[in-house]
Amino acid sequence: MKMLEILKKELKSYFFSPAAYVLMGFYLLISGYFFATFVLTTHYAELSPVLGSMVTVFMFVAPILTMRLISEDMKMGTDQLLLTSPVTVFDIVIGKFLSAVFVYFITLVITFIYPLYLKIYSSPDMGPIISGYIGLFLSGIAFISIGLFASSLTENQMVAGVIGFALILVFWVISWLGDVFTGKAKAIFKSLSFFDRLNNFQNGIVNLNDIVFFLSVVIFFIFATIRVIDRKRWS
Amino acid sequence: MMVELKNVTKIYGTRKAVDNISFSVDKGEIVGFLGPNGAGKTTTMKMITGYMPPTSGTIKIAGYDIVEQPIEAKKHIGYLPETPPLYLDMTVEAYLHFVGGIKGVPAKRRREDVERIMNEVGLLEVRKRLIKNLSRGYRQRVGLAQAIIGDPEVLVLDEPTVGLDPKQIKEIRDIIKKLGGKHTIILSTHILPEVSMVCDRVIIINKGKIVAMDKTENLSIALQNVRRYFIKAEGPYDKVVKTVENIDGVINVEAEIEEDMMVKLTVESSNDRDIRKDVFFAFAKEGLPILELRPLGYSLEEVFLELTTEEESYDEDVRNIKEGA
Repeated sequence: MKMLEILKKELKSYFFSPAAYVLMGFYLLISGYFFATFVLTTHYAELSPVLGSMVTVFMFVAPILTMRLISEDMKMGTDQLLLTSPVTVFDIVIGKFLSAVFVYFITLVITFIYPLYLKIYSSPDMGPIISGYIGLFLSGIAFISIGLFASSLTENQMVAGVIGFALILVFWVISWLGDVFTGKAKAIFKSLSFFDRLNNFQNGIVNLNDIVFFLSVVIFFIFATIRVIDRKRWS
Repeated sequence: MMVELKNVTKIYGTRKAVDNISFSVDKGEIVGFLGPNGAGKTTTMKMITGYMPPTSGTIKIAGYDIVEQPIEAKKHIGYLPETPPLYLDMTVEAYLHFVGGIKGVPAKRRREDVERIMNEVGLLEVRKRLIKNLSRGYRQRVGLAQAIIGDPEVLVLDEPTVGLDPKQIKEIRDIIKKLGGKHTIILSTHILPEVSMVCDRVIIINKGKIVAMDKTENLSIALQNVRRYFIKAEGPYDKVVKTVENIDGVINVEAEIEEDMMVKLTVESSNDRDIRKDVFFAFAKEGLPILELRPLGYSLEEVFLELTTEEESYDEDVRNIKEGA
């Protein structure tokens, strides 16, 4: 599988450079801080508020994690290697997407210490914790797909990072527009909001509806990325 | 036929970068793609390798259409772009393994393939080094190695010696020559001697069009069918020109007045006779002093200049070459 070769290569460049460690370290440090302060101040054996904050932190981390994925290839000319090799653009994009997802997944697995602590010293309700993690993962891969798309738009990494962050922010706050409108428009804006759907997960509610929504966002942006790369070659 | 282009055109916006090009390359041939900067060499190569599709026309690699069956076609191509497509933070060896992977070299064979190619191109001593720490010459070799991996029948090399020092240039050329027998090579350059040193055949391209296409040795012979001389003489323009034109064997005269009573002439004669003595006696008889008389060579360099400068004589020269073939 050619896609696996791309994935392996991207993982190597994450882990053979400081990039992955710095980002993972930053994410874990902040979320650890949230967890510790929350537990110490409230003495509640629950994780939902912490998981909520972790989504917010990943909003900042995701664009940085993904900004170089495609833009760097365009800048260094290595896209010429990839695109003239017997590999489809689909394989290239999926391989790169999965590499960032893998880094994110590993980071989440490390944070399993938090519920483990709660479990050892108390008896938390595991339902909302598990569903909260599912929401955290789904929203995270949606952020990654958006960041990946932004990375395909420009060969400047900084610009890609900023565009990625702006797009994520749009999805985050779009439900506010729902409050401005009424009727159908309100429903549409509300349904596009990451925020409301994540609340469901954190409250222990797993809707198929919400899962499909996040996966749709991922699929949409992956295909948009492929289109952008193809467009560039045809223009 | 390993590579076949038919009526290929590429338009960027409103500019025709490549204009209705057709040619084909046989198995094992080394073809030089020659032209000044901006002639459309790189664009043509990008289309051959499937990096970008042509606006119109078809390109076939080993029988596979690069647009219709890109994956099949690309299996037969190794491409070295103008700047080698290197991942600077990888070691030479890891990079070549990765390239082997995406080129579809089976995992079992990959190690020995990479080993063999590093040996062939001369990279064994830097195999563990990060590419960003390598000199230009070595980077170019890594680029070349990258193109050879997977043993593609067709190698497309875009200006493989540009920016290298003379020693490195020689080394790279030697490697290319060595690859010649096994692979079909299309190589672009704007350096003329490179073509005569490395290539079997030359395609000269200018402003997106093919202006000449022939075996390397024929191209210069074609133009050597005529001899050319430069003459500078003192005298009235009409008289000087008339005198020259009356000499036996003179085919063509181009004259211009340099200053008062000073005429510069470029004279062509048939190849089988040296007209210099006749010129001397004719001018002496008319009482016109010759200030300078020397034969003009026709190196490939001049062929090239002749073909790509925009003068009236341009079309005629192309015709000469085609007839001489």
